[in-house]
Parts: sequence; C-alpha cells; structure tokens
Amino acid sequence: MNATYLRFELLRTFRNRRFLLFSLAFPLILFFSIAGAHRSTTLDGISFPLYFMTGMAAWGTMVATISSGARIAAERQFGWTRQMRITPLPVRTYFSVKIICGYLMALLTIAALYLAGTTLGVRLSADEWLRMTALLLIGLIPFAVIGILFGHLMKVDSLGPALGGVTTLFALLGGAWGPLATGGVFLTVVKCLPSYWLVQAGKSALGAGGWPPAEEWIVIAAWTVVVARLAVVVYQRDTAKV
Amino acid sequence: MVTAAEATAGIQLSKLTKSYGPVRAVRSIDIAIAPGETVALLGPNGAGKTTTIDMILGLTRPDGGAVSVFGMSPAEAVKAGSVGGMLQTGSLIEYLKVRELVTMVAALYPHPLAVDEALRLTGTIDFADQKTTKLSGGQTQRVRFAMALVADPDLLMLDEPTAAIDVEGRREFWAAMRSVAARGKTVVFATHYLEEADAYADRIIVMARGRVVADGSATEIKAKVGNRTIRATFPDSDPDALSMLPGVNSVERHGDAVLLSCSDSDAALRAFLLRNPDAHDIEVHGAGIEEAFLELTAEDGEDEDTERTNS
Repeated sequence: MNATYLRFELLRTFRNRRFLLFSLAFPLILFFSIAGAHRSTTLDGISFPLYFMTGMAAWGTMVATISSGARIAAERQFGWTRQMRITPLPVRTYFSVKIICGYLMALLTIAALYLAGTTLGVRLSADEWLRMTALLLIGLIPFAVIGILFGHLMKVDSLGPALGGVTTLFALLGGAWGPLATGGVFLTVVKCLPSYWLVQAGKSALGAGGWPPAEEWIVIAAWTVVVARLAVVVYQRDTAKV
Repeated sequence: MVTAAEATAGIQLSKLTKSYGPVRAVRSIDIAIAPGETVALLGPNGAGKTTTIDMILGLTRPDGGAVSVFGMSPAEAVKAGSVGGMLQTGSLIEYLKVRELVTMVAALYPHPLAVDEALRLTGTIDFADQKTTKLSGGQTQRVRFAMALVADPDLLMLDEPTAAIDVEGRREFWAAMRSVAARGKTVVFATHYLEEADAYADRIIVMARGRVVADGSATEIKAKVGNRTIRATFPDSDPDALSMLPGVNSVERHGDAVLLSCSDSDAALRAFLLRNPDAHDIEVHGAGIEEAFLELTAEDGEDEDTERTNS
C-alpha cells in the first residue's frame, strides 16, 4: 500500500462536500422521518427506532461502498485511469484504495446513524454495537466488489439511475425497510442475496441467537468470488480498448 | 539499420501494426530512437500518431510487431518508472491543489524528482496552491506535463501537448519543455504543426495513413513538405504557359483566379509577375500541412489503397 497515494485519495474524496453530505443525508432523513414518527412503537418487543436504524445502516453502508467503486466510471471517462495505467501504480492498489474510501464512508454512515438512534432512545451495549458493526463490515465485502464492477460497466450518465435502482432493489428484497419474505420459495431466493445477510448483520443487534449461520458466509463468499471474477473480465475488456 | 546497442538501449518499433476493425491505424512501421533524442511525430489527424504512442506506453496492444523500450516491454518500462507520459486527452482530478496532485503522482514512482523542482521546471510553481479546477487550458497542460516529468523518466512521451490551448499557452508550454529537453531525456512528442516540430525536435518522423512517410532532420523534412501556393486574379490566363514557369509544379483555374502550386515560390513569383503585369490580388500561402502530407503519402505509392483512417 502506498501511504501518500492513499492520503490524497482520501483527501479528495472527503473534500467533496456534496458527495459527503448526500451520502450521509439520505439515510438520516429517512431514519428521522420514519422512525421519528413511530418512536414509541414496538415490534415483537423491539423498539421501532432500533429496528429501523439497523435497516438504514444496512442500506446506507451498501450505498456508500457501491458508490465508492462506481466513481471509477467517472475516472475512466475523463481519462484518469489511463493516466494511472502509465504509472507504476499496481491496479490492485488502485482498487484497494477505492474500497478503503468506501469502507470509511460506510463507517461514517454507521456512526451518524448510531448518533441519530440515540436521540430517539436507541440504547445498545458496547458489545452489541461492536458485533453489529463488525458483521456489517463483513457483509459489505460483496458490495465493495459490485461497486468496482459498476465502475467499469457504466458511463457517468447512466450511473445515477443504475446505482439508485440496484441499491434500492437490493435493500428492498433484503428487507432493509422491513421483511418482504417470511417463508416459502421467495424467502429461499431472497436468502441468496448478499443484502439479506447485510440486513441480518444489522439485525444481529436485536439479539437474535446463534447468528451468523454458515449460510451467510457461503452467500457472501460466493457473491464476492463471482462478482470479482466478472469485474476482472470487464476490466480486461475495458483496458483492451483504444 | 540500427546497431545492437541502439536496439537494446533506445526505443525500437519493428513491424508494428494495429487495426481498429476495418481501419488500419498503424501499418507495419519500423522506428528506432536513440537515447537522448528529441523526436517529433508529425502528421494530420488519423495518421496513427496516437496509436503508436499508446503502443509504446503499453496502453494499446499491437496486432503485430514488437515494441522495446530500453530493452524492456512497455509494461516493464512503465513499472520500472522509466516512462512519463502526457496523453492526448484527460483532465485533472478535482478537489486537489496543483502541488498536492503532483505530490500524489510523484509517490507512485521509484525515483521521482523533488516536487518543487518539477513544478519549477514546468512553470507551474506560481500557481501550485491553486485548485486543479481553477486553471486555464495552458496551465492545465503544464500541470499534466509536471505529472509526467515528476517521474524523472528516461523517456517522455507527449501526445499533442499543445493541441487544445491558445497561442500564449503554447508558447509557455514550449518554454517549459525547452528547459526539460536539455536534461538529456529521450523525448517523443506528437504534433500537427511543422513549426513546432521544426523548433523543438532534433528529428522529425512524418506519419500519414498509418505509415512513416518521411524521417529526417527538420531541414530535410521542410524541403519535402515546404511547398507554397501562389493565388492571383487575372482573366484569360493560359494554364499551359503558366505551368512552364520556373518553380511551378501544377496549375489550377477557378474562373478568373489561378492557383500555382510551387516547389520554389520565389522564382515562380518573379517570372509570373514579369509575364503577367496585369495580375492582381496576389497571395502566397504555405501549403496546408495536411495537403503536404497527402502528397507525401501519394508519392509513397499508396494508390492501391484508398481507405483512410480517421481520428
């Protein structure tokens, strides 16, 4: 890892105030507007703000990690990636740094939501916070790779709708805004999505016992491997062009 | 022919070929560049200059032939930090100041120049604390030049470095370039402008339609492509008589106007005025460089193939 390169990449990411503001603003606005209206409601003995906060954490961090890799689309379009390809910077460092930026953004999102949660009376023990955060960070791995794939598949003008659509679908099917599937074939299908397990990672703070199951690791690993393989193919196609 | 030492020490392109679909961008070119040479790749759009440069930089894979950069493959040379490049297109990343950007790029190389030295050499130190988004076109090009130079590479590749900037920016760019070329680097730059190639290169390689059509010193090249055209207005001209004038290659008539294409416009003009005292609105033009190139390609026996590459 190249510390100077990483430092300036982080600097330019976090100097982009609009990116920062909008990434943090949407999960917070949704959280306050929906959880705020139901702050004294409980679902199966769990307070609604806590329940909703975990879902928003899953969605917000997913958007943060995917968009970080997807920024490669813009860098491809204005010729920056070509400029980097004629330097000794290894491709894997270029990608790793994008993923690190995405994870930092995800951590900021989690921190902001935790803070927002406490204002609505969410109380968790340090153990529960840590466990939930750690599981979320693991659950985000496939999404970091999906971001890199998107960065090579998309052009800037199609990126917005594509990201919006995909993250919303993932979040909806995964149950970030409440469980869609409660049983049957639909649940089996939904359980094959990485977003289902990301949402479950958030829900681990709700005291579900014996979690995570082996299924989670398998789904996360499978998505990561398959998407990474696709990303390599798309990357090679992209760099073989003019 | 090149010696074995040159072949391993400099840049060696042999039978290099690249097509994009039906467009034959580069057609089996052989070029050898010795270390320390400053070489201009001169040619119109679609000549294959950018494709050639991209193959030397390892950005584009040749269909056939070989590239050797200081005895290495392009990828190895890039990895070793031996090459600095300024590509034809590309903007600067946002949210950084000029000095920060150049520092970031310097950190990627094994033996970079001091950042301030690169900024000074490229004349960018005066606006080093400006954001990259607040620069003029000429300033942006010099920052991109600084990014290539800070690598302290043995080979600098510059693809039409002054194409997108105004005259003032162009002058500033070449002033910066002059201070760098004196440092014994091998420099290859692409340009449309014969004047630029003439002023800044030891050697000019003219490319057209994917081939090398001329290769030599600036003086040799200018003699080949330096044709001029005389335009004058007078009625009842006699094309046959005009074509017999000294220095005239060919004659065209457009109504009352005649166009004389000349290899020696001075001799032609003297003789022309002597014999046609009533001619008026006389203009002398340097031949468009594109026309001159096309003439060279035609002489090169390209008639069997009418297909042209377009940029």
